[in-house]
Amino acid sequence: MHARIHITLKNGVLDPQGEAVHHALGSLGFEGLSNVRQGKVIDMDIAGDDPDAARASVEAMCQQLLANTVIESYQIELTE
Amino acid sequence: MKAAVVVFPGSNCDRDLAVALKNAGADVTMIWHKDTDLPAGLDFVGIPGGFSFGDYLRCGAIAARSPICRSIIDFAGRGGYVLGICNGFQILTETGLLPGALLRNAALKYICKPVELEVRSTQSVYTEGYRAGQTITVPIAHHDGNYTAAPETRIALADQDRIAFAYADNPNGSDDDIAGILSENRRVLGMMPHPERMAELAHGGEDGAVLFRTLMNALIPA
Repeated sequence: MHARIHITLKNGVLDPQGEAVHHALGSLGFEGLSNVRQGKVIDMDIAGDDPDAARASVEAMCQQLLANTVIESYQIELTE
Repeated sequence: MKAAVVVFPGSNCDRDLAVALKNAGADVTMIWHKDTDLPAGLDFVGIPGGFSFGDYLRCGAIAARSPICRSIIDFAGRGGYVLGICNGFQILTETGLLPGALLRNAALKYICKPVELEVRSTQSVYTEGYRAGQTITVPIAHHDGNYTAAPETRIALADQDRIAFAYADNPNGSDDDIAGILSENRRVLGMMPHPERMAELAHGGEDGAVLFRTLMNALIPA
């Protein structure tokens, strides 16, 4: 199975990098933008073909290491 | 006082911290991150600044899951004294021993300069040698020192007098100007500024040495 994990700062946590990206896009002439947020994506292949087991495992990874849940939220996408 | 300084791949203030502790009179052992146990009879663990594991994933995230950190969490749980400076502070928040997190500096720049700190709480073995409200000068050197915590955490830190140091002129966007905080039992201190870099006259001042001397005096066996 393949897992893709999206990790972003929680709403309400200031994202200075997102702000800088927003500012730079503005200076290139892209207008009407708001809530520009920067995050990260982690991809992995997981042995086995049980989606429930894979999701539980990735959930545990996010809780224990991949995301800092004090400031970050995460979304897990699973594909075959 | 029997002290240990933990060394991770990428630590770069470990020897400075050891020198500051030795100059204060401590017996210092360096501990490699793959060691699983802390030396017996230890009074104090120092987690130094640097870029442990290249700051990969998040600053301090990988170090916080290393074998030695499990022992440090147990040590703190037994009432042990732990000081994390700069990357050490980031590691302590990642372990959960201290609340909150350190984000990228608000202006996105790495900042390396002496800053003025206000000593907010003198209720700890680290800060009782200062006067409450005293201004001291200690260098900072970080890219991710922007302290953030949930509103209820910040209220608790203030109410319980756990803000050890605050910036006189906030350089990095930290909530409530926070530069260093104490654990609930006041034995774990995390701070972004580097007291070990202001610990001898040759450094330009000794404001940081006070912390190590005070700690040493407090932990001398009775």
